[in-house]
Amino acid sequence: MIILEHIYWLSGLMFAGVAIVNWRDRSNPRRFNNTAFWGVYAVTFLVGSRLPDLANGFLIIAMVLVASIRGLGQGKQESATREEREASARRWGNKLFIPALTIPLITVLGTVLFKRIAINGMPVVDLKQVTVISLAIATIVALVTGMIMLRPPLLAPIREARRLLDAVGWAAVLPQMLAALGALFAIAGVGNVVSGLAQRWIPLDNPFVVVATYAVGMAVFTMIMGNAFAAFPVMTAGIGLPLIVQKFGGDPAIMAAIGMLSGFCGTLMTPMAANFNIVPTALLELPDENAVIKVQIPTALMLLGANILLMNFLVFRH
Amino acid sequence: MLSLIGIVIVIIGFVLRINPLLVVTIAGLATGMASGLGPLEVVAAFGKAFITSRYVAIVWLVLPVIGLLEHAGLKERARAVVSGLRAATTSRVLLAYFAIRQITAALGLTSLGGHPQMVRPLIAPMAEGAAENQYGELPQSVRYKIRANAAAVDNIALFFGEDIFIAIGSILLIKGFLDQNGIHVEPTQLAIRANAAAVDNIALFFGEDIFIAIGSILLIKGFLDQNGIHVEPTQLAIWAIPTAICAFVIHCARLLLLDRQLRADLAREPEKA
Repeated sequence: MIILEHIYWLSGLMFAGVAIVNWRDRSNPRRFNNTAFWGVYAVTFLVGSRLPDLANGFLIIAMVLVASIRGLGQGKQESATREEREASARRWGNKLFIPALTIPLITVLGTVLFKRIAINGMPVVDLKQVTVISLAIATIVALVTGMIMLRPPLLAPIREARRLLDAVGWAAVLPQMLAALGALFAIAGVGNVVSGLAQRWIPLDNPFVVVATYAVGMAVFTMIMGNAFAAFPVMTAGIGLPLIVQKFGGDPAIMAAIGMLSGFCGTLMTPMAANFNIVPTALLELPDENAVIKVQIPTALMLLGANILLMNFLVFRH
Repeated sequence: MLSLIGIVIVIIGFVLRINPLLVVTIAGLATGMASGLGPLEVVAAFGKAFITSRYVAIVWLVLPVIGLLEHAGLKERARAVVSGLRAATTSRVLLAYFAIRQITAALGLTSLGGHPQMVRPLIAPMAEGAAENQYGELPQSVRYKIRANAAAVDNIALFFGEDIFIAIGSILLIKGFLDQNGIHVEPTQLAIRANAAAVDNIALFFGEDIFIAIGSILLIKGFLDQNGIHVEPTQLAIWAIPTAICAFVIHCARLLLLDRQLRADLAREPEKA
């Protein structure tokens, strides 16, 4: 049976390959920093599950120090000039889309099919992680298809992965780091303190003010935590249930559904939601790391207003 | 109160533009210390939390194949395809992607998008290609604006599509039942068939993987259950629909205005140059 750990090994091998390619690239003035950063990251994937927590903790601190004190660099060579790429695009035409579209297609097929296939009564993949495993398998199928079609040198994929990963840089690790921060916030009970503050400071005797506080609180706390899932229990236990449901008789299902979506408005506005907002700016090579957030803020604010009005009209109707 | 120190550190760090990895690590360690853990315990807790969050990074496995295809001219091809369509404008390309992304997310197919596998290699070049088609060579600032918009479309359509998934799933389920009712069979047979179909559909639509797509709905349900309030996931999903419609209307209206903005930006650009 394929489990998540196998996918981690595969990821670890890729990061190790990236580290090695970086080590051999003399055009990058900080090549040893890159090697150390991606090499340690590879270790956390290859053997992280078997290392003691403390060792993992120190490995991560080492990665952070490498990335922040001397910084990561980028190699100078472009892999192909624009003219070369345009000529290649003309040569291959729409066939180039085949491997690219294989990824979503196989991922979706995998999530549906793997649940129905069993060998000797054992599922082929760990069904709890079927989407992630399907994605990994889809990328392998797409890569093999691309290799057969384009016949590049054998090491081309890892060199190209290195190029893209170094363009993203340390931001590639930020979403995972923020998830870890969220776990520590939970251990320290940060949420209860925040909802206690909200209850103490805001006048909450008018139903509309309560609804608005709950929705805005969801958005703001999501911006702080980077994740609406972390904000929801705190705000709902602190404001939603005691005031909207118990005091004013609101409908809990409507409150919770629109409350969560108010949190998503916050997700659109915060750099803490790095995988949605910061990683794409790196991937798209935008000089302003807040460019995506700036585009999203008007929609997020209008939608938050819409949510407050919707909740106010719908939640007390019964 | 002391446990809020992590939030303070994060805000200061982002304002001062210190490397976010460093800021987040220090905020995590400080928060752990404030909650009474010893220094080594904090490092261990941080290591454990980081290791259990590794699944977040699996998306990077797409980089080798995406890089390979980019090297072979994938982005250039995506641009060329759009430039063959005279009706294509940046607004229209992004509107079409918004609609597809929101609908597929609502059908539970949240993995049909994403920044590394769709936006960078396909959607952003197509949106840029449409603008090039209309206005010729673009200044870098306009390119950046188009790309940022492409990334935003992926996010907004996903966030406000995925939550209504269960509602759609259950509508399909009901339709399955009605279809079965149209066929004349013995009542008991009907019940058995309907049940079999229902089980099949539930397995298909509510399988473990789909729970990722609707994680927020389950989180809500679990939390309310703990507090003694019992709601159906369907109810939650149905009440997500009004917001999903608002998201569609608001963001599509903004996208429609994007073409005009780009034209204004381009008109201003030559004066600068």
